[in-house]
Amino acid sequence: MKFPYSDTVLEHFRHPRNVGKIENPDGKAMEGSPACGDMVGVYIKVDPDKKTISDIKFESYGCASNIATGSIITELAKGKTLEEAKKITWQQASEALGGLPKIKAHCSVLAIEGLRSAIQNYEERHGLAKQQEPTTPEIIKRRLKKVMNPISGLDVVRTNLIKELELKDGIVRVVIDLPGNHQFAPAIKEEITEKIEPLWDINKVTVEFTE
Amino acid sequence: MPEKRTYFDNAASTRLDERVMEAMKPYFFENYAVATSEFAYTQGIEARESLDEARAKLANALSCSPEEFIFTSGSTESSNMAVKGVAIALGNKKGKHIIISKIEDFPVLQSAQFLGNQGFRVTYLNTDVEGFVNLDDLQKAISDDTILVSIQHANQEIGTIQDIERIGGICREKGVLFHTDATHTFKRIPLDTAKIGVDLVSVSAHTIHGPKCIGGLYVRNGTPISKWMDGGFQEFDLRAGLENIPGAVGFAKAVELVTEEENRQLETMRDHIIHRILLEIPDSTLNGHRRNRTPQNVNISFHYVEGESITLHLDMHGFAVSTGSACFSRSLQGSHVIYGIGGDHERAHGSIRITLSRYNTMEEADAVVNTLSDVIRELRIISPLGKEIRNKEA
Repeated sequence: MKFPYSDTVLEHFRHPRNVGKIENPDGKAMEGSPACGDMVGVYIKVDPDKKTISDIKFESYGCASNIATGSIITELAKGKTLEEAKKITWQQASEALGGLPKIKAHCSVLAIEGLRSAIQNYEERHGLAKQQEPTTPEIIKRRLKKVMNPISGLDVVRTNLIKELELKDGIVRVVIDLPGNHQFAPAIKEEITEKIEPLWDINKVTVEFTE
Repeated sequence: MPEKRTYFDNAASTRLDERVMEAMKPYFFENYAVATSEFAYTQGIEARESLDEARAKLANALSCSPEEFIFTSGSTESSNMAVKGVAIALGNKKGKHIIISKIEDFPVLQSAQFLGNQGFRVTYLNTDVEGFVNLDDLQKAISDDTILVSIQHANQEIGTIQDIERIGGICREKGVLFHTDATHTFKRIPLDTAKIGVDLVSVSAHTIHGPKCIGGLYVRNGTPISKWMDGGFQEFDLRAGLENIPGAVGFAKAVELVTEEENRQLETMRDHIIHRILLEIPDSTLNGHRRNRTPQNVNISFHYVEGESITLHLDMHGFAVSTGSACFSRSLQGSHVIYGIGGDHERAHGSIRITLSRYNTMEEADAVVNTLSDVIRELRIISPLGKEIRNKEA
C-alpha cells in the first residue's frame, strides 16, 4: 500500500520537532490564515555575534504536509547563519522529507515563508533591514511567485497563469488565465489577495478571471 | 500499524451484507442472461422475472408502483437523470428556472450548475445554521417559469433532514415538480410517495449494505422527463444500458434487511458519540440538528485544528472517518455544506464526519471518541490558534 505521503513526512507529522513558542523571540512570523486552511508560526533566537539561528520553534494549524514541513525547516535552519537560512528552499525541504505531493505544495511552502519572514522580522527589529521601498510591479511579481498553481504544483508566474498585472494608485489588478468557475479559482484568488494585500502601500487587490 | 481497522465512513460506502452477496451469486454464475433476451431463450425469461421481482420490492419500499421505479447505476446518475431529464422535457415548453438548496450533494449541485451554463436560471436557497431550508424563501422563489425544485431529503455531511412533506406541499400548490435526493435516508427515514407530494426520488444501494453502482430513480406516473441515456429500450425506455440484474437483486435484498430496530440502534450510538464528544472535547461544535438528523450521522467541528491532520492521525489508530477540510478535497475548497450553513473557514476545515452502520459496535464508538480526544489534544498543542483562550480557561 502506498500512502500519498512519504515515511519521513509521516514520521515528522507524528512526532514534529521543535514545536511551540519561544518566549521573547528575536524574530517571529505568522504565515497563512484559517481561510486557506493552513497557518505556520516561526520563532527564532539569534546569536548576535555569529548571526546564526541558535534556537527555533514552530507552530502549525494545518494538514500533514504543513506540519511536517514546519518540523523539517526547524531542523534545517538550526545553527545556520541568517544568510544561509534565508536560502533554504521548498525544494530542499521537500527533498529532506522524501518528497511532497504536488497538490500539497501550497500548504508546505508556508513554512519556508514563515522562516524567511521571521528572519526579516529580526532584521527589521535590529535595524538590519533595507529602507521601506515603494511597491513596484516587480515586487508584486516576486510575491506572486509564492502563490502555487495547484494544477502543476508550480507557482502561478512560472506557469503563465498571470495574464495581466496592473498597479495604479495603490490598487492592484490581477487577471488570471483560468475560467472563473474552475475548481481552483477561489483558492488561487484568496491566496493572491493574502500575499499582496499586506504590502504597506497597497490599498486594494482585485483578482479577475478570463471567462 | 493498528491491529484493527474500523470503518466510520458509511455515508461514502458500506460493507456488503453476506446475505446480499448470497442473493446476488446465482446471477453471476448460473443465470447471467440479460432481461432483454426474454423473447429468445429461457434464461432471458428468468432474468426478466428476477428483475421484475427486485423492482417490485423497491417499489414497495417507496409505496409506488413498479413502473415508477427506474434502476440506475447509483444515485449520482439518478439525480442527473431527474434534474437534466426534466430540464430537457420542460425547458422549451414551460420555462428555464430551477430551484435547489445551497447544500445539495454534488450530483444535484453540479447538474444545476451545468444547466446554469446552458441558459437556465438557477436559484440556490439558503439554509439556517442547522441546515434547514427556509420555506418562505422557497415560496417566494417559485415563479411562472419554474420547472423543478430539487431539495435533498437529508444532507450528506451534516445529516439534517428537510421537511419534504411541506416542501412537496408547496410544490404541489404551485404546480412545480419536486425531486429529492434520498441517498442518505432511504430505509432510514420513512418516505412514502403516496403521502408526500414528491415526483422524483434518488436512491442508492451502497449506503445500506447493498452493492455499489446500483441505484434507482422513482418517477411518478405522468412526470414529464426526457430519456437522457440513449441506447436500448431498457427501463421503460427511460434509461438505456444493460440491466444490472445481480445489482438489482442485491439492492432488493439490502432493502429487505434494514429494520426499524437497526435504525433505533444507530440513533442510540449516534447520540452516545455526540454526547461524549461535546462533553469531553472542549471547543467542539455539532454541525446540524441535535435530533432531526439521519440516525447514522455525526458531524462535529473541532476548533483550532485542521481536519486532514485529524483524519490521518485517526487512520494511524485504525479509524476511517471523513472531513470537510479543503486539504482533504481535490478541489482544495472547504465543505460547501459548512460554508452553506454559515460556518467560517475554521469550522469547515476542522469538521469531522463519523457515519455509522450495522457493523459498528458501541465498543468501537467509545474507542473512536477516546482516540479523537487524544488526537485533538495533541494537535492543539502544535496549533498557534486558540492558545490565549485556552490558557485563560486553564
